[in-house]
Amino acid sequence: MVTINLDGKEVDVPAGINIIEAAAIHGTEVPHYCYHPQLSVAGNCRMCLVEMGTPMRDRGTGEAILDKDGVQKIGWIPKPVIGCGTNVSPGMHVKTNSSMVTGSQEGIMEFLLVNHPLDCPICDQAGECRLQEFATDYGRGYSRYVERKNVKPKRTKLGPRVTLDDERCILCSRCIRFCQEVVDDDVLGFVDRGSFSTLTCFPGKELSNNYSLNTVDLCPVGALTSSDFRFKMRVWFLKESPSICTESSAGSNILVSSREGEIYRITPRRNDSVNDSWMTDSGRELYKQVKSDDRIITPSIDGESSTLADAISSASELLKDKKLAIVGSCRSTVEEQYLLTKLARNFKGKKFLRGHFGDDDGILLASDRTPNLRGALATGFSAKYPSDQLSDLSRALSKGQFDTLLVMGEDILDSGVTRDDLKGIKVVYLGTHRNETSALANVLIPTLTSFEKTGSFINRTFRLQSFKQAVPGPAGLLPDLHILASLINSLSEEVEQSADLAQIWKQLSKPATSIFHKLSFSSIPSEGFQLDGKKWSELDFVEKKALHFLPANQLQEA
Amino acid sequence: MIKKNTPQERRIILKHADDPKYSNKIGCYLKNDGYSMLKKAFKMKPEEIGEEVLKSGVRGRGGAGFPAGMKWKFLDRKSGKPIYLICNADESEPGTFKDRQIMHKDPHQLIEGMMIAAYAIGAKQAFIYIRAEFFKGAHILEEAIAEAKEKNFCGDKILGSSYSCDLVVHRGAGAYICGEETGLIESLEGKRPNPRIKPPYFPAVLGLYQCPTIVNNVETLCNVKHVLEIGGEEFAKIGKPNNTGTRIWCVSGQVQKPGYYEFECGALTLGEMIYDVCGGLLPGRTLKAVIPGGSSSKILRADERFSGKLKDGSDFDWGIEDIPLDFDGPASVGSMSGSGGIIIMDDTVDMVEAMANINAFYAHESCGQCTPCREGSLWMKKITKRMCEGDARHEDADLLLSVANQIEGRTICAFGEAAAWPTQSFIAKFRNEFEEKAKNGKNKPSLQLI
Repeated sequence: MVTINLDGKEVDVPAGINIIEAAAIHGTEVPHYCYHPQLSVAGNCRMCLVEMGTPMRDRGTGEAILDKDGVQKIGWIPKPVIGCGTNVSPGMHVKTNSSMVTGSQEGIMEFLLVNHPLDCPICDQAGECRLQEFATDYGRGYSRYVERKNVKPKRTKLGPRVTLDDERCILCSRCIRFCQEVVDDDVLGFVDRGSFSTLTCFPGKELSNNYSLNTVDLCPVGALTSSDFRFKMRVWFLKESPSICTESSAGSNILVSSREGEIYRITPRRNDSVNDSWMTDSGRELYKQVKSDDRIITPSIDGESSTLADAISSASELLKDKKLAIVGSCRSTVEEQYLLTKLARNFKGKKFLRGHFGDDDGILLASDRTPNLRGALATGFSAKYPSDQLSDLSRALSKGQFDTLLVMGEDILDSGVTRDDLKGIKVVYLGTHRNETSALANVLIPTLTSFEKTGSFINRTFRLQSFKQAVPGPAGLLPDLHILASLINSLSEEVEQSADLAQIWKQLSKPATSIFHKLSFSSIPSEGFQLDGKKWSELDFVEKKALHFLPANQLQEA
Repeated sequence: MIKKNTPQERRIILKHADDPKYSNKIGCYLKNDGYSMLKKAFKMKPEEIGEEVLKSGVRGRGGAGFPAGMKWKFLDRKSGKPIYLICNADESEPGTFKDRQIMHKDPHQLIEGMMIAAYAIGAKQAFIYIRAEFFKGAHILEEAIAEAKEKNFCGDKILGSSYSCDLVVHRGAGAYICGEETGLIESLEGKRPNPRIKPPYFPAVLGLYQCPTIVNNVETLCNVKHVLEIGGEEFAKIGKPNNTGTRIWCVSGQVQKPGYYEFECGALTLGEMIYDVCGGLLPGRTLKAVIPGGSSSKILRADERFSGKLKDGSDFDWGIEDIPLDFDGPASVGSMSGSGGIIIMDDTVDMVEAMANINAFYAHESCGQCTPCREGSLWMKKITKRMCEGDARHEDADLLLSVANQIEGRTICAFGEAAAWPTQSFIAKFRNEFEEKAKNGKNKPSLQLI
């Protein structure tokens, strides 16, 4: 820690950070455009200019120079310095609101606006635009510019998902630095010079990497916009709900933006231990499954629509006293997996778990394409690392070891089980979307997507992260937990299983050997809780080294 | 007519340049005792050469006038990274045309100076970054380097020693900003020449390829050779204290004999330069203004009186003609000697048009990286252009000044000052002409203009 003087007050700040960060810790905003905490310092927007001085020392002797009161004099630098590129040092004095600073801010704001089209009424960024905000907070409020504005390309498609309006661009280079430094896909750059500088893709290239939409989030103005979200909704109407991305075991923290129960976009939520401020483009698409055509919204028994209650009791009848196999899912929440484990115990079912795998991009798309494989391990649903094939189940079915199957959203016909295996087998299917297995189900119970329910996942670093319902589910449907609890309760009336998260967590955290010991759902912090995954370090996890993630074997080496 | 008491040129750098019998071939250079100082240097320790340069007090000839020996001292020698030497031959300050004389007429002098400097700082590789427009200069330098390599004055195992240093000519692509040393380094690395932020990118620590780098002007590097020849202490006696050596002044504008003249620092005044050396103004004209050090230095009005205290504590009270031509003279009257480009303006010059011309240059050359310079330079150009097209407004003078003030001191590199100072000084010195334009103009907003 070092002590600096911020606007006349002595404050303690961590050593090595810059003035913008130091001021932010103490609630002082130093406005900035080009600076981003997770990108290199460019220092080009000049919005973060502050007045800075350091304690004076004699050049020859190194002794402190004192004023007549015996206080060390401050050598104020005659020009303002950039807050982003100036790190704090002991005794440093900083003024963030002197006339030199406010004068600089007014000047920079004016310059940024002289060639800006000022088309806020038709600009998608309006409402979340730094240019609007800082013009109001730090600008002069009137224009002295009577010349013609520069003309630059508009509605340029930089790639399949990003649209560029060069006239709005303030040339902060955040997008360029992001592509270079985070994605290692150097496709963006400036051409021409001076005020005619223009952002563009290099010849023959396009901004098509799976992180391209982060440039839209990074863009402090309306230059880069999402081709998908563009003109769909004014941002001030959107409700933002914190959630977790279910695309892979990376578990990116996200914000789900919705209005009146409809999701319009997904954006990353900053978590410096998980995803910094980024997420994949593919993860942003997932909200589309909420309203997709193959969504299951009505329960059915033997192909006939039914009420949810009838479907649950039918399912319960099918499961009771049978040779039961349960196919769990790494996409279920920790709480669902816990109840499914209990259900398996009570119904004497044998548990099977299916994984989903793909290529690892080394950033935020992990090769484990499920959000909660580690949850299935931690809740005891499975002790083995799953594969994407259910060959054990297929073998057991062909030997006639089971006569009933409970499937949690997985398509078992896609994972080594054949139609022949399923001949004469009763299938209860709980899931959100249709597939070949759901088509065969005797009882079909629709469930909710992660956007419509509350729960928690454990990501690739064994970080427990909770998410809350962002939008209501389809009318008449209940969360998976309710259905599982009803099934458990249908077997025995002794101790009723609650579907309430707090109650489930009481059960989960009770055993002293549990990694959830002493935890409760409401105590999971918004940035997640790091669990100890040592118990499973012998398992062959598939994830590769990536952003904020080292595989266990490399972790030991490190 | 040059009067009898006219100060005489003292040519050190350009000693041979204009001799009709002198050529830029190595044979001619060797006949004139060329490369003898390189041989002398190799008998010295590198630190000793640095000491001589420090003692000589030779200041950078590119514009900022920073002592070259001091610059070398800042070099980070502990990093273990290779050290680079770059000759800044991007001479692009309007009004400056001295380095090209050296490169065209006496390229071996530069090569010798560079190899001495390279040896002194322990450079692994040396570059001459030459502006795109000097294609002939680049060609001459390349030929000269080939000649020097053949004679083992540069390249592998120079003069049979264990020291090797290759020298390469790199041509720019036509941008003024490449004269800024960190912009130059970016360009040399093959990137857009956006100047770097300082801190942390001081070239002596984190320069070319993030290695310690020294960037010196052509004339400065030539001086290294002469420091060795004359000796540091003796060299320091040329000119005046803190203003040592000679300087090549480039005089342009409305004088009888514009050109380049090499004088000891402080050997003559601006008046002597204009009236005696350059033969005075054109017939029937009177002096109106002088830009003393390239277009980015602040303009001086002919009828001004300058008074104040000099660095040595003595008082001065000068008219424009009394300003001594050295580093400190123009600086003490609020301008600078910069790159030595003296631009003379007589009473036929419309100051608003002159301003428009300068503003057009800076608007065209701003790299566009940081906001104040990028937007401010073009705005100032648009204002002065409009004023010249008969659409001046009364408030334009104040607006121009305000825009310039919003640029100065807030940019990544010194281009901000270079663009702001002309406007600030033109308004300060010739506000009446700007206001006059408004009286004669249509005095309405320029929205009709394209």
